[in-house]
Amino acid sequence: MTKKEITEKDLKKVVLESGIEVKPIYRPEDIKDIDYERDIGDPGEFPYTRGIHKFMYRYRPWTMRQYAGFGTPEDSNQRFKFLLAHGQNALNVAFDLPTQLGLDSDHPLAKWEVGRVGMAVDTLKDMEIAFDGIPIDQISVSLTINATAPIILSMYFVMAEKQGVDLKKIRATPQNDILKEFISRGAWIFPVEPSVKLVCDIIEFCAKNAPKVYPVSVCGYHIRENGATPAQEIGYAFSIALTYIDKVLERGLKVDDFVPRFSFNFNVFGNIFEQIAKLRAARRLWAKIIRDRYGAKNPDSMKLKMIAGGGGSGLTYEQPENNIVRAAYYALVAALGGTQTMALCTYDEAYTIPSAKASLIALRTMQILMEETGVCDTVDPLAGSYYIEWLTNEMEKKIVEAMEEVEKWGGMIRAIENGYIQAKLAKQSYEMYRKIQTGEIVKVGVNKYRMEEEEKVTEIYEFDEKAYQRQIERLKEVKNSRNNLKVKESLEEIRKAIKRDENLMPYIMEAVRHYATVGEITQVLKEEYGVFKEPSIF
Amino acid sequence: MTEKKRRLRVLIAKTGLDGHDKAAKILALYLRNAGYEVLYTGLRRTIDEIVKTAIEEDVDVIGLSFYSGVHLPASQELMQKLKEANAEDIVVVVGGVIPKKDVKKLKEMGVAEVFPVGTRIDEVLDFFKKLEEEICHDQKGNN
Repeated sequence: MTKKEITEKDLKKVVLESGIEVKPIYRPEDIKDIDYERDIGDPGEFPYTRGIHKFMYRYRPWTMRQYAGFGTPEDSNQRFKFLLAHGQNALNVAFDLPTQLGLDSDHPLAKWEVGRVGMAVDTLKDMEIAFDGIPIDQISVSLTINATAPIILSMYFVMAEKQGVDLKKIRATPQNDILKEFISRGAWIFPVEPSVKLVCDIIEFCAKNAPKVYPVSVCGYHIRENGATPAQEIGYAFSIALTYIDKVLERGLKVDDFVPRFSFNFNVFGNIFEQIAKLRAARRLWAKIIRDRYGAKNPDSMKLKMIAGGGGSGLTYEQPENNIVRAAYYALVAALGGTQTMALCTYDEAYTIPSAKASLIALRTMQILMEETGVCDTVDPLAGSYYIEWLTNEMEKKIVEAMEEVEKWGGMIRAIENGYIQAKLAKQSYEMYRKIQTGEIVKVGVNKYRMEEEEKVTEIYEFDEKAYQRQIERLKEVKNSRNNLKVKESLEEIRKAIKRDENLMPYIMEAVRHYATVGEITQVLKEEYGVFKEPSIF
Repeated sequence: MTEKKRRLRVLIAKTGLDGHDKAAKILALYLRNAGYEVLYTGLRRTIDEIVKTAIEEDVDVIGLSFYSGVHLPASQELMQKLKEANAEDIVVVVGGVIPKKDVKKLKEMGVAEVFPVGTRIDEVLDFFKKLEEEICHDQKGNN
């Protein structure tokens, strides 16, 4: 008897998270409609599928930017100096939840949270301490702050002014993407419309006064963490970005005045080819939208700049050391996808705020990739692969579908106010979780090769009561030594500017100069704008 | 004819300032699909608000979800406030990013069960199933 030949029909069907069915073999005919100049192009050339720079990592390797920021400004200052001394060339500052939500450290609701997930900032004084001795004119700093971004960025600007650094020289990236907070991360304060106005205030102010600042980092990352497929991650992020662009255009700016300074934050976990194709498709689609829909002339507007890195959702609580391996794959994928900046979640994130050891391992992971593997030698080495180019096309279609879905919901602002997008993602998260529980999605150590184990991560972050007391003391001292009349006046000026619907940045900077607190400024904004009410999605 | 049994009423709650509620929503959907009556508070509810909602909605269980590390003081406050409101019969369960060493401390406070990251959903669902049998069985005939 002859052995039956195995055909494609005998193989298990493979469907990517984005809903694309994958064949076992790709051939030239799968990409026969591709025109190199039109669809791919050389690196640094429209439509930037292969990368936004001509020589990419051969000329300039990616920037490494681990998330850091601990407890008090003094603690953070030390951690920043540690990371810079170990070869990191940019900072990514985390803020504690009270700071993110506009509550001062002495607020009753802040009591358990001061300095816990990031640095506590109440006044300009804290920012001065955190960046003491750090050459802010030579490094770029990401400020992971959203709802209170106008206040924190104002503090950063005024701190820089006091250090004698011109605003025009400052390289900073406030995250400043409030719409993803409503969808995913939950650190919102004001209703959606005024929240978007504040985002646009920063974009407009920076376009006119601080041209090296990237005033917004649109975060597909968190949307993906919260249940979006890779295609939706990009599609929803683009819908958010276009919402901001449309609002800023209404203020009379031209697309080329500010879009060159847009940046994005994308997530890497899951199927590696899907992620690489996702990043390539995202670059191509962004270039086309900005050129064709908005009529941009400056190529810099069309170049999609990104930070991409290993997402926490890909990592597991079980057998945590395995996460070091996962993060290394994610780093490789981010590099093959052509990111400008990279960050990795640390192996212990399911347990605690990253330990210094875990942060260092994440940094070394990126350094090993960059220095030892040859990944920087050739730009977009996967270009021309039958599979990758086919998949890049398919991903682009799926991204467009996600954007069209948002349009059907009435645009991103309505989609959020009505809870449509939140409800959709909650269902998808549930499905993804269910598939992991049933083993349909394999997670090593979770639903396959599981073993009984002792708790592996023992270096758990402990709340620092003394640091908390120090922070409260300093806030008290600042309040006692500042000119309270000036504070009151400057807060009233913010209120008047809100009523006149002006750009609030100059007024907030003035209040910050007089050491008005994050809480005091937020209070004025709450009184004028109100607070967001969550739509019920169940 | 079999008597129609009352279903377990569950309040899933988020307190503190943290905004990560993916897991809370996933659990809410699981419990709803299992047939329980499930409410979700939304983000950043104070303990007072959670106790008030739990009593007004006459729930059997409160499930608190944590991410940012404030589970000990927050759970302590919840247990205290439930006591003050004479609502100690409401069962409290806690889940999320909880180090194993804190599980014992939470149980000493009176938390009925703790589901740290990594718990299989089957264990969680089994717990709720048994709880329903206990609570709703006892009240059979009162409905």
